[in-house]
Amino acid sequence: MKWFLLRRLGGALFVLLALSVVVYAAFYVAPGNVAQIACGPRCSPAQVAQVSEQLHLGDPLYTQYWHFLQGLFAGRDYSTGTGVLHCQAPCLGLSYQSDQQVTELILAKLPATASLAVGAFVLWMLLGVGTGLLSVWRRGRLTERVLTWITLAGMATPVFVIGLLLIIVLVTALQILPFPDYVPLTEDPEQWAWNLLLPWISLALVSAAPYARMTRASMMETLAEDHVRTFRAYGVGERALVGRHALRGALAPVIALGALDIGSMFGGAVLTESLFGIPGVGRELVDAVKHVDLPVVVGLVLVTGFFVVLANAVADILQAMADRRVVLA
Amino acid sequence: MSLVEVSDLSISFGDVRAVDGLSFSLEAGGALGVVGESGSGKSASAYALLGLHRGTGAKVSGSIRVAGVDVSAADDAELRALRGAKAAMVFQDPLSSLDPYYAVGDQIAEVYRVHNRASRRAARARAVEVLDRVGIPDAARRSRSRPHEFSGGMRQRALIAMALACEPQLLIADEPTTALDVTVQAQILDLLHDLRRETGMGLLLVTHDVGVAAESVDEVLVMQSGRAVERGPVGEVLVAPREPYTKALLSAVPRVTEPRVPSDTAADDGEVLVEADGVRQVFGRGKSALAAVDGVSLTVRRGETLGVVGESGSGKTTLGRMLVGLLEPTEGRLTRDARVQMVFQDPVSSLNPRRSIGESVADPLRASGQRDGAAIRARVRDLLARVGLDPDSYDRYPHEFSGGQRQRVGIARALAAEPELIVCDEAVSALDVTTQAQVTALLAELQRELGLALVFIAHDLAVVRQVSDRVAVMRQGRIVEEGEVDQVYGDPQDPYTKQLLAAVPALDPALAAVRRAARKELAAA
Repeated sequence: MKWFLLRRLGGALFVLLALSVVVYAAFYVAPGNVAQIACGPRCSPAQVAQVSEQLHLGDPLYTQYWHFLQGLFAGRDYSTGTGVLHCQAPCLGLSYQSDQQVTELILAKLPATASLAVGAFVLWMLLGVGTGLLSVWRRGRLTERVLTWITLAGMATPVFVIGLLLIIVLVTALQILPFPDYVPLTEDPEQWAWNLLLPWISLALVSAAPYARMTRASMMETLAEDHVRTFRAYGVGERALVGRHALRGALAPVIALGALDIGSMFGGAVLTESLFGIPGVGRELVDAVKHVDLPVVVGLVLVTGFFVVLANAVADILQAMADRRVVLA
Repeated sequence: MSLVEVSDLSISFGDVRAVDGLSFSLEAGGALGVVGESGSGKSASAYALLGLHRGTGAKVSGSIRVAGVDVSAADDAELRALRGAKAAMVFQDPLSSLDPYYAVGDQIAEVYRVHNRASRRAARARAVEVLDRVGIPDAARRSRSRPHEFSGGMRQRALIAMALACEPQLLIADEPTTALDVTVQAQILDLLHDLRRETGMGLLLVTHDVGVAAESVDEVLVMQSGRAVERGPVGEVLVAPREPYTKALLSAVPRVTEPRVPSDTAADDGEVLVEADGVRQVFGRGKSALAAVDGVSLTVRRGETLGVVGESGSGKTTLGRMLVGLLEPTEGRLTRDARVQMVFQDPVSSLNPRRSIGESVADPLRASGQRDGAAIRARVRDLLARVGLDPDSYDRYPHEFSGGQRQRVGIARALAAEPELIVCDEAVSALDVTTQAQVTALLAELQRELGLALVFIAHDLAVVRQVSDRVAVMRQGRIVEEGEVDQVYGDPQDPYTKQLLAAVPALDPALAAVRRAARKELAAA
């Protein structure tokens, strides 16, 4: 188990390094004059040259990447022409737009996104797995067919349609919920939850559908397995069969998918954030892309990658704890 | 009242009538073997005894009484009370039949608690007790292991322990030893025998292997296409069968005790086709390195059949793959002066289900550079006819064929490249005995007509004896004994060969009892 953990985490680290190389290459080496972009469209050639000097754009690529890595792990200094700006580790560079540290920018937006992602994740897992189990429980009956249609519809509906519908019904017509206005958790937990309820529900409703289908399919498969048949043949009741013997195996792929989704959601749920005006990472990303703010884009991609890899590693380790054969493979 | 009373049982899956008007009974403490080939309805009948077809869409009619419970009329709660407590079932594949996520002891304890008011502790203690009874060494500690940490034989013992936990009156065993090696099979059959004598429980043993039935039961019921063909005391049915089907079935069973008809194609001075000299095949590296084949030397001459027997993990398949050239030996020298082809074990998965069988047979022709469509088609038709298939079946797909026919397709595909040597890796093990006999006869005929050499790899000692001129016995990657087939079978020298031969079930129940005693002696020695 110890070796498995080490191997798994080592693998995760390697993926992140590889990702950083690819992302770095894709954005900085890609065609286009980086100094011009960083300086802005109204810069004179002299100013562009100065910026290029400050950003060490004349150095060989591997040196530039090395500085980038150094910044990540040890921090680095930027000369601003008039003085030196120290960027603390983990340093993802300075925003071209505001000269703010990218790390700080992202950290400022992360709590809102994390609040949205984690809350929605819990809701959609409950909803998705619950619906899936219900349709297994009622297999072959009308309930199952109705649930199948609903989840199909859920998969086909974009979040802004569901979100708008919910706003119209719950906020405008019935006036049960307030129009979301993000309140940080540290300020007022009750208001935080109350305001996020609508985004959570919208996001959960559209995300739950694949989980319901996957739970159902995976559950049907495990229920047909030999060991479930054994316990059925020994008089174990249907509820214990599903709960004890089938669920554990059936949830493995569902958890793997969940890890991917929650990880990438930390990189921002752009549509949901925009729709409900949540000041999260997703809106930051849209903004950065619009202004070709390369350090911010690269930083966000790396942070998203970090969370995806982290969530995957956690899922794998959970899986290995549940099923020790994984460790052997 | 009888322990089991079945009358006019019929089971249909959709349009297929798997069991058709079956009636039988089993007295308390008796042992009945239900014997038949695949598709004869024997397993379906066994499942019906516990009402396991309920909710699966299968149609079951007729009356079934087991231990006083009317299975067809019982409600779900009554059925659950029957299952495991009054009648317990042991399944074929002991790996997949246990839950991979829980410790073996916990699984047995769970079943015990379903049927008995007992604390977790008491149930766990009971689990250890039955595990100990079925011969799991250090049962208290091993009860905390998960199924994958057990060997195949131990898993089957654990499953039998689960069956014993609630002291049932009836044990239903569905092919309990089919997935096991022959020495392990003998141990499990001996265990069942002892348990029955000790607890007085009834046994219903479902098996395709007549020898297994001969070892274990008092009476046999022979099934064919969902009907009972013949029923009687095991000594009478297996020794002097009355029905033609039983006679045909028994005559197809290869016997390990009978010498084979000597072949006329084998000659000591035949040209050497393949020669292996100290070949090794190592999988993995460092600490996890495993020598699957560990220094094997052998020769195969034109026209002869070399049998390779061994239990699972003995390295026989790896050796076969090296002989064909699918694997390069990690060490040692392998000279191959002939065109070599292979016939695989599983006729279902070794044919591409999305391509017609004609296309599959044509593959080696195309691979050797033939491009003329009409010529290829003509040659494939010849080959299909050669292996006893309808040449017009070129455009049909694998699922339209039976297992035996699919194996014929596999042989036709091997023949397409005009080999001088064919390596048959468990080529008949997935087949019923009557089909098995037909396929081995076909191989012998091809050998005679084409002067082929065969390397016949199998775990079944009896089949190997019936087809081979020489035989090599493998264990843990090495050949422990090699020689003329009658020599090795008649007068084995190596202790392992002796043990293997002692484990093969005898067809004659009287002999089986003698051999059971001999095995005990051998184990004690």
